[in-house]
Order: sequence, then structure tokens, then C-alpha cells
Amino acid sequence: MSAQPLLETTGLSIAFGGIAALDRVDLAVGARELVSVIGPNGAGKTTLFNCICGLYRPDAGVTRFQDEPLPRRPDAVARRGIARTFQNIELFRMSTVLDNVMLGRHLHIKTSFADAALGTPRWKRDEVRHRRRVEEILDFLDLQATRRRRVGDLPMGQQRLVEIARALATEPILLLLDEPSSGMTAEEKADLVFRIKDIREEWGITVVLVEHDLKIVMGISDWIAVLDHGVKIAQGTPDVIQRDPAVITAYLGETPA
Amino acid sequence: MLPRSADVALGSRASPRTARIHLLSVSSDLLERYQDDLYLVKGATGWLTVAALLVGLVALPFFLPKVGLGYLLFIAILMAANVIVAVGLNMLVGFTGLISLGHAGFVAIGAYASGLLAAKFGLPWYAAWIGAAVITAGFGFLVGLPALRLTGPYLAIATLGFGIAVYQVLVNWTALSGGRTGLPVQQLSFGIAGLTATQQLYYVAAGAAVVLSWVGYNLARSHVGRALAAIRDSDIAAEVTGVNLLWYKTLAFAISAAYAGIAGAIIAQALRHLEPQSFTFLESITYFAMIVIGGLGTVSGAIIGAVILTLLPHYLSGLRQWLPIFYGAAIILMMMVEPRGIYGRWVRIKMYFKAWPL
Ligand SMILES: Nc1ncnc2c1ncn2[C@@H]1O[C@H](COP(=O)(O)OP(=O)(O)OP(=O)(O)O)[C@@H](O)[C@H]1O
Ligand SMILES: [Mg+2]
Repeated sequence: MSAQPLLETTGLSIAFGGIAALDRVDLAVGARELVSVIGPNGAGKTTLFNCICGLYRPDAGVTRFQDEPLPRRPDAVARRGIARTFQNIELFRMSTVLDNVMLGRHLHIKTSFADAALGTPRWKRDEVRHRRRVEEILDFLDLQATRRRRVGDLPMGQQRLVEIARALATEPILLLLDEPSSGMTAEEKADLVFRIKDIREEWGITVVLVEHDLKIVMGISDWIAVLDHGVKIAQGTPDVIQRDPAVITAYLGETPA
Repeated sequence: MLPRSADVALGSRASPRTARIHLLSVSSDLLERYQDDLYLVKGATGWLTVAALLVGLVALPFFLPKVGLGYLLFIAILMAANVIVAVGLNMLVGFTGLISLGHAGFVAIGAYASGLLAAKFGLPWYAAWIGAAVITAGFGFLVGLPALRLTGPYLAIATLGFGIAVYQVLVNWTALSGGRTGLPVQQLSFGIAGLTATQQLYYVAAGAAVVLSWVGYNLARSHVGRALAAIRDSDIAAEVTGVNLLWYKTLAFAISAAYAGIAGAIIAQALRHLEPQSFTFLESITYFAMIVIGGLGTVSGAIIGAVILTLLPHYLSGLRQWLPIFYGAAIILMMMVEPRGIYGRWVRIKMYFKAWPL
């Protein structure tokens, strides 16, 4: 990380009812890196994502993206090029896979309200253009066969992929994945690993991954940050992290008093 | 234009298992091009249905007197107004998931505004109606602002309060509304030669209902409809995907209020005499019942619900005092048995028969 980092949090802190969920977390993610954030349950991983994308307002600290502070509203953060998935799958359950992923195009849609209301040719052209992009993404994630099904009816593994598809449809610079493999079969997990690699290598998207499956984490991360009780207790390459005594203690559940 | 057919390409690539699922879910509509997905009306049957509906609407004023039902034309005008309210309300409740139990308030504002704009400023009918729509949209926007913080029962109470407040203002601000004695509404000239005043109003009202329903269908399938449905199903996911909640929630309120305003203008012309009693809480509940019974979240459902609940009180006029109880019971029953309403049930029956031979 010699150059200016893409995403940088400095002293990020937030507490809920006196309990620190994040405690002065510093994190600097370089462009095109694939970084994992791990830690035991309740360590603050999801909270970190929520702070970055504007769902939570941190008590202290700043988050900079592309060398500028991030806006506060989540939709404005999305416009800056940050997309994410959710640990507790947040899909539009009543809509089809296609409509879910099409929503990812929302911030690129240029046609006006009036064009949409009247269904003008301009609206149609724009819609088809976005549809093409969405079909490419569905292709990439092998979701074509499900495009007309209601997401609520899909198995968990595919729902997770639809979330990734929706995030990719926003053409993000930075993608935050919150436990994308949970609820997936072993086979789906293996596929997922290749896809995350592709997202970084072929699409050039920076990825921050929160993941409980340490086999996945150790296999694909450039480096790893470890959170415990809201504190970043370690950071380094997979090899270093695996041997770090503080990390081992945290995972064995022996919390320092 | 597009060389590759999306769904056919799929058939060759997908595994047998996914291919079968695909057949079940798409069955007859193997679509050739992405553009084809964007047509509102699909296939010969679709166009025939639409054509038959339009011809029926045009012929109605001439057909009804022939079978001795001429008085129903008045009901048809009210039906057009109800369809407009229901399509607009459904945009708010069915699509966006925001509740309004005070829509009669918007209808009232539209009715009085159109009447006063025409009387005080001598505006032609269309200008008065558009003015009424703009004014109600403004009120919708204002009522929508608290919706950014309030959800569920709290929003229900807030909108209920709005409806009651409008009623109270109309009762007490006699200079504006004529109070309880009412406000006479001058007959507007629609300038359609050779037709009675009622027939002219019918055509304008039915035309407005058709156009506004069409706009409703267009919005529903566009990025606007997707954003609203996204807010309904997961507002945080909608937000982080780039949907501006402030803008879209207030927009939903403004659109649905504008629809109610146009309906109010029609009702003002139909009644020709406005009094606050025409816009009570019961009216708000009736509108709500229309979309729940017809089907939340689909334009067709709203239309069906409005048609049914316009005809029902007419044919059950002897049981008028029981209607509120009936509506209440129907809302609860529908929520429990068929949350997608009559239209949703029909779609499922259709799907069943489509999939049946497989
Ligand atoms: N909205 C909230 N209100 C109150 N407490 C919260 C809220 N969000 C997070 N917390 C608390 O902050 C702490 C960190 O939670 P967080 O969800 O970030 O953990 P996590 O690392 O994602 O855990 P998991 O592995 O279980 O997903 C927990 O103690 C949690 O209870
Ligand atoms: Mg979490």
C-alpha cells in the first residue's frame, strides 16, 4: 500500500448502549486489493460495513474514499462506487431475479420520470441497454435460468448470488461482501471463490470480504484484518494471521479482561 | 435486431434441471428479444382484450339507455374516479409499502381545489383539473415528509389524522368551503358537441382513468416502480443500491395524491355540490379496501377492486349501514387468505392452467 489507499478509515468508533462495536479502527485498502475482515461473532464486522456505506453514523473517525470523505447518505455512497451485500440477505423478495438486479442499474438510469411514465422510445432504448448489462452479469454468475423467478422462492445459495449480481450491476469500484458463503453448499462455495477472484482480477473491482469460512479467507485474501470486540487486533497476510497469538486467543474465546 | 435470443440461448446452455424449472416458470412466453419484454400488451389475446375494453368504454353511454340502465352512467363516472384513486393509492401502499388511511383528504382537496379554481379564476376545465392535481401533489409531498421517519401503524395514524384534519378544516373554514351547507360547483364545459353534460363528463372521466392507469402500468415496470418495490421489500438494500429514500417516498405520496386530486375533480363535477360529508374516514377505508380486495402491488388489482367496490354499494343500497363492517371484514379476510387480492388469485389460477399440461 505504498500509493494512496482507495478506502481509508481512521479512528472509526461507534458504540451501542455503552458497548463499543467499533473502537478506533484504522483500515487502509488499496485499489484492486482483495482484503478480508474476520473476527468472532459480534466483533463489529457488519458494523464496519454499515459505517462505510452510511447506514450507521460513527461516533468518531473518518472514512475516506478515493481521497475524499464519504457522503453520509447511503444512496450517495452508492453513487461514489461502493456496493455491498448483506449478511441477512436483503433482497426484494416479491420481485423477480431480473428486477432485483435491474435495480442495481438504478443509479445509471438517465431517462426522466416523464419518459418512464409515458413509456417513450427513449425510455425503451435505455431500458434495453441496462437489460443487456444485467444479462451479462446474470451470465457471469450463472443465474440466467432463474431470471424470471421470484427471489423469495430461490434457495439460499442462489439468493446470495442475486445479491452479488445486484451489487455488481451498480458498477462498483469497491465491493463489500458480508458472509457471502453462509448457507451455500460446498459446491456453491467452491464456485463462489472463483467468482470473487474473477470480480477482482477480470473486473478490476476492489473487494472487502467478511467471511466465517476461514478456508475461503486464507485461500483468496491478499491480507486480512482481524476484529475482536470492535478492536483491530491484527493485520497481515494469511500466513502471518494464522500464526498470530492474539488471533488464536480471540478465536478460542479467551477474551482478555 | 439482437442476434441472440435470450431464452433460447439459455435452453442450450443450462443443465437439464434448470432447463425444466425454466420451462415451468416461463412456459408459453419464450421471448425473442429484450425489447419484447417491454410491451405492456402482449400477443393477440392481449390486444383483443384491450380493444374490446376500449370499444366497450366508448359505446357505454349509448348502450346503457338502450337496455334501460341509463342511470348507471353516473355510477360509471364515479367508478372512473375510484379507479384513479385506487391506482394512485396502490402506488403508495401496494408498491412502496407506505400506508395511507387518509386518502379521502386528498380527494377532498382535489374536489374543492378544482371547483374553486374554475369558479374564482375562470379556468377552463383541464387547467382547473391540472391545478387540482398539482395542489394535491403538493399536499402529498408534505404528508410524505413524516413518512421518512414513520412506518407501519404510526404512519397509518398520521395519515388518518391528515384525513380527519382536512374534513375539520372544510367544516370550519366556511369562507372557503361553504361549511356544512356545501359549495355549489359550476358545470364545466368540456366542449364535446352533441352530448349531454353527463355523457361529456363520462368520456372525460373514463379517458382520464384509462390514461392514468396506463401511466400507472408504465411507472410500475420502470425504474420508478422497481425503486418503490425495493423500498417496500428492503429499504436499506434500496438505499445502498442508490435509491434516494427521501425522493422516492415523497414522490410516491405526491403521485398518489395527484391521482386522488384528479379523481376529486371528477367527483366535484359529478356531484356538482360539495360538502365535507362526502370525504369522511369511511371513504378513506373504502379506497383502502379497494386495493386490498383487488390486489396490492398490481395496477390491474387496483382497477378490479375499484370496479367491484363501486358496484357493490350500488346493488346493496339497502344494506348501506353495514358496508363499513363488510369492508373491514373483507380487508382482514383478504390479508389472511389471499394477500395478493382477487387479481393475484386469478393470476395464480392462470399460471396453474398454463403449467398444467407439463
Ligand atoms: N443497530 C444496533 N443496535 C445495537 N447494537 C448493535 C447494532 N448493530 C450492531 N450492534 C452490536 O454491535 C456489536 C457488533 O455487531 P456486528 O453485527 O457488527 O458483529 P459481526 O462481527 O458482524 O458479528 P457476526 O459474525 O455475528 O455477524 C454486537 O455486539 C452487536 O450486538
Ligand atoms: Mg455480521
